[in-house]
Amino acid sequence: MKKLRRTMLFVPANNPNMIMNAPVFKPDCIIFDLEDAISLKEKDSARDLLVEALKTFEYCNCEIFARVNPLYTPFGKDDVRELVKAGLRNVRLPMSETDEDIKNLDVLLTEIEKDLGIDRGTVKILGAIETAKGVINAEKIAVASSRMLGISFGAEDFTRTIGSERSREGEELFVARCKIVLAAAAAGIDAIDTVYADIEDEEGFEREAQSARKLGFAGKSVIHPRQIGVVHSIFTPSKEEVYRALRVISAIQEAEAKGLGVIALDGKMIDGPIVDKAERIVTLAKGAGLL
Amino acid sequence: MEITTIGRAGTLESNDVMITVDFTKDDGLIIEIESIVAAQFEEQIRAAIHEVLEDMRISKGHIQVVDKGALDFAIKARLKTAIKRAEGGNQS
Repeated sequence: MKKLRRTMLFVPANNPNMIMNAPVFKPDCIIFDLEDAISLKEKDSARDLLVEALKTFEYCNCEIFARVNPLYTPFGKDDVRELVKAGLRNVRLPMSETDEDIKNLDVLLTEIEKDLGIDRGTVKILGAIETAKGVINAEKIAVASSRMLGISFGAEDFTRTIGSERSREGEELFVARCKIVLAAAAAGIDAIDTVYADIEDEEGFEREAQSARKLGFAGKSVIHPRQIGVVHSIFTPSKEEVYRALRVISAIQEAEAKGLGVIALDGKMIDGPIVDKAERIVTLAKGAGLL
Repeated sequence: MEITTIGRAGTLESNDVMITVDFTKDDGLIIEIESIVAAQFEEQIRAAIHEVLEDMRISKGHIQVVDKGALDFAIKARLKTAIKRAEGGNQS
């Protein structure tokens, strides 16, 4: 079954308390952060702590990612080596600007997998697009490796690179968000929306999460546990949507059994795209435990 | 491994531990443990410390542990970082 990635909770990797307790808040994914949340002088201790945590804990109900440092920094390659050796299977690569950035990580992962004797392609990549150049290259980034499971958007760095400021309305992000969703959809992978940094602005956060779902994102990165419930409620189909989807699927199965083609349900035509959308809603509902 | 400096890692936050390793002294292995849960877990903390020391083949030095309720994974990680910092001459 397709994994739900409605929420990706950022957790600083130098905090034992948060490393232990993050699953309690039931995000779909946890991103242990070795990059922006960690000062230069603590890069070593955060990596060591995360390595020991990965060797110790079973995060059964959460998909675990690590945001490593970019590979061009003195820390990036060792982050990947040490963490994969400790059991990490999903790498979030920050500042993905070109397909070459992804391919470089792919090559490194292939070397590590060979050294460790694990199957090639075991470790997956989530490319974080955070610059104007990255947005322009989103289509290439999304298909740069068979390891790609998604691309995510980082708005704070993005607005810096276009010489803008992040606004509550988010107009400055609109084109980039659309381009990332389209690139991900064309590649058949997930698009994950940016964080909303003002944790006190619940109304603004909810509006941005609703906008993300409408645009086609699979989920949203979050920085505080209390943002998780809001995103899950927005990205989980309503009972009415699930009921309608089940009726569509039932109707089309019945029609197929009778050898019929296009059919109608409640006076509306049911064709391929409608069935595809219904199946997606059922998949989401199953993933969320509604069915 | 021959290390001749001091290294420190960790914090005094809840569920963390601060560990200082001092390899400037040459009078054997001395481990001092100060913990809010010493009565219940001092032996377990000591065992975690010894496990790391054996892995890293270290048999002498002064190791000071100030524990704020850290689990084994944090104790091992902080000790490894402290040792590596001492090895690198970084007294962070």
